Amino acid sequence: MAPPQEHDYIGLSDVSSLENCDNLVSDETENLRETELRLGLPGSVTPERKEKFGITLGLQLPKGFAAGAKRGFSDAINGNGKWVFSGNGGSEAEMEKSGSLFSPRAGGGGGGLQPAGAGKEASGKVAAAQEKKPLGGPAAKAQVVGWPPIRSYRRNTLATNPSKNKEDADGKIGPGCLYVKVSMDGAPYLRKVDLRTYCNYKDLSSELEKMFSGFTIGQCGTHGIPGRDGLTESCLMDLLNGSEYVLTYEDRDGDWMLVGDVPWKMFIGSCRRLRIMKGSDAIGLAPRAMEKNKNRN
Amino acid sequence: MSVPRADDDAELDKLPVGMGSGAVWVTAAMFPEEVLEYVFSFVEADADRNAISLVCRGWYRIERRCRRRIFIGNCYSVSPEMALRRFPEVRAVVIKGKPHFADFNLVPSDWGGGADAWVESLAEACPQLEELRFKRMVVTDDCLELIGRSFRNFKVLSLVSCEGFSTAGLGYVAANCRNLRELDLLENDIEDNGIHWLSHFPESFTSLTSLNISSLDGEINFSVLERLVISCSKLKTLRLNHSVPLDRLANILCKAPHLVDLGTGRFSADFRLGLFEKLDSSFKACRNLKNLSGFYDAVPAYLPSIYSVCDGLISLNLSYATMRSAELIKLITQCKHLQRLWVMDLIEDAGLEAVASSCKLLDELRVFPIDPYAAEPVSLTERGLVAVSAGCPMFRSVLYFCRQMTNAALVTVAMNSPNLTCFRLCIIDPHTPDYLTQQPLDIGFGAVVKTCKNLSRLSLSGLLTDRVFETIGAHAHQVKMLSVAFAGDSDAGLHYILSGCRSLKKLEIRDCPFGDKALLANAAKLETMRSLWMSSCSVSLGACRLLAERMPRLNVEVIDERRGGPLESRPNDCPVEKLYIYRTLAGPRSDVPSCVWTV
Repeated sequence: MAPPQEHDYIGLSDVSSLENCDNLVSDETENLRETELRLGLPGSVTPERKEKFGITLGLQLPKGFAAGAKRGFSDAINGNGKWVFSGNGGSEAEMEKSGSLFSPRAGGGGGGLQPAGAGKEASGKVAAAQEKKPLGGPAAKAQVVGWPPIRSYRRNTLATNPSKNKEDADGKIGPGCLYVKVSMDGAPYLRKVDLRTYCNYKDLSSELEKMFSGFTIGQCGTHGIPGRDGLTESCLMDLLNGSEYVLTYEDRDGDWMLVGDVPWKMFIGSCRRLRIMKGSDAIGLAPRAMEKNKNRN
Repeated sequence: MSVPRADDDAELDKLPVGMGSGAVWVTAAMFPEEVLEYVFSFVEADADRNAISLVCRGWYRIERRCRRRIFIGNCYSVSPEMALRRFPEVRAVVIKGKPHFADFNLVPSDWGGGADAWVESLAEACPQLEELRFKRMVVTDDCLELIGRSFRNFKVLSLVSCEGFSTAGLGYVAANCRNLRELDLLENDIEDNGIHWLSHFPESFTSLTSLNISSLDGEINFSVLERLVISCSKLKTLRLNHSVPLDRLANILCKAPHLVDLGTGRFSADFRLGLFEKLDSSFKACRNLKNLSGFYDAVPAYLPSIYSVCDGLISLNLSYATMRSAELIKLITQCKHLQRLWVMDLIEDAGLEAVASSCKLLDELRVFPIDPYAAEPVSLTERGLVAVSAGCPMFRSVLYFCRQMTNAALVTVAMNSPNLTCFRLCIIDPHTPDYLTQQPLDIGFGAVVKTCKNLSRLSLSGLLTDRVFETIGAHAHQVKMLSVAFAGDSDAGLHYILSGCRSLKKLEIRDCPFGDKALLANAAKLETMRSLWMSSCSVSLGACRLLAERMPRLNVEVIDERRGGPLESRPNDCPVEKLYIYRTLAGPRSDVPSCVWTV
């Protein structure tokens, strides 16, 4: 098969139609090319590929390798060398093969943004990997759970230690993940979440809600916009009276605070642990949290 | 020499003893049991001990009464009572709990692996226990308290990648284990209750030879630590945590120049000449230092203080030192006798080339990525790996994270290092092909497996088809542990592995299109292995049910974290997200959490 023919199928027009797909998570639209949908698991595109040759040589492949190789070649689509799925151009058999390679379960456990699907849907089942912004801190990338296989102990050691030294870090802190334990009063199990996969309190709260269903973070916590005085007094009382549970966290100083007090970036920099506490237990926290916030300002 | 048949009683106690060209049958009565026990005491390896116990009933009987060390690779493979009934005189027990992929957050935190059952049984049956080593288990403070109370001669406690305990539990151990020699806390998740557990060691305590507190998160009482170091004059290993600053390190080193293994604390501070000189002279006094680790937040300024010990170093762990290649090269090239090097990918190809020319005794290399998702990746490629394999004739073991690879490089590595025993390559992006030819990496990994005949551990990555599994199945005779991720095209891949790989004991697979057919066709193989982990593959509940039915000595655990209700009611075609299968004599375990079903 002539490589150009295969790749023609994709073309940029196809890509733009795929951009409307629900999978597109990226909200960075400064550079459309940056947000191009790509095949492969989240985080699978590295900037290195930009430098690679657009068209690769030696496209003659033994039949057996067709499906796999196609994927490999597909980064020859455009000058940027981005990966774009070309499976649709192939035969049914190849479709199935490539479909099975990205089985509905290929995304692994939480954190992934891939919808379940098979066969034809596989072409639409591309994961948008967000490029890091040239300025500012690391964008929250959708990452495959447990990949690459680096022990969480190592990740956490590298993640937390640098931040201890740089109080005024602008957010760029070493490896892109930060696992903290989440416990819930009354629940027999602990979970761990990677704070870097969320962009704001709302995302975190909805994910936790899913994990510990039947729990609400309360209205106030989801704003994430502290005024000069943080949460207002009345807002907090509503929070505590209204919902059964509240979300609290232990910061680097060992103090327990209500989640939502501080800007998100500051929160993930100082949060060591999360605890979903009974509202009644958290009453004592409110004044302190307010105090601390006031003192900070 | 044939093994006497078990039903032939008369022959049971006769043993052939070869003398020259003839063989003389000798009855066991000629060797009193004590003599055999004495002979057996020189045999330490588990496999050899197991072989001894199979010779005849008499030897089985004698051997079991004098076995001192047992290794339980899967805490659920046998019940504590059963194990201790067979080996009542055991002094040292090593137990592993959670599956390996728990290290990467793939196993729910409440899955299991509790140490309580084991410690309780041991407390009752083996009060003479001296040594306990747990890996990936949940160890509670109650457990630690029980250990402190129950074993008068307790000497060694090693907790690796464990969790569930706090500094309070450590306090019990410190206070009660009067003869403690080794306390090894490696990469654990330890709750800090603010208890200064180190001060629970009594004033008269002198027996420590090894103390590893590197995984402790909190502050340490430095004066207590120093007191301990002074009074334990036989201390050989000391690994500190990152809260210990450089000046404290210098103080401690002054008091313990006989250390063989040192893990520094935080290796950074504003540069002060006084501190540098103090460190420098402390290190100069350490004539026995062989292993060096720690280096948290290391800054280049203080590195020269360790130059004096470099020549004697055998093992160097810089995997938490975020220094640039040039600094790393300056340091490592002085370590001419280095056998083990752990480092970050900041070392880059140039650095590894320098290692290859300086460290000719290098046996093990591990290169960790500083930031797998970095916007500007470091310049570490397949060239570094090839350089080390070319320059280091003793190269045996490698763990290598990189972003690109070629078949040619892999073939070269295999040819340069045919004695590799452990080859773990992690190409960070899944499905990455040979970047020069765009081919899958089947040929490269195939070469590794064919050429390195002693390969015992293998981790695959990159773009791989079923072909590589065909090669692995046919050639990887010694591979005991195989890790597979994002590879293969079909069930055939799994079938090749399970129908070949005659030494396979542990198989862990994630995100591969492997499913029911291969699993069911090779059910019997699973009983010859310790365990099989499969997640995000294509296995159905029906296959699990069939497997569990056919193989009663396997526990088939289906893990469903969505906790969407009981599995019993689900149809056979329901997909299984995570599957953990292991052989066991203990039947289904009684401590399954709500997300795990033993089918």
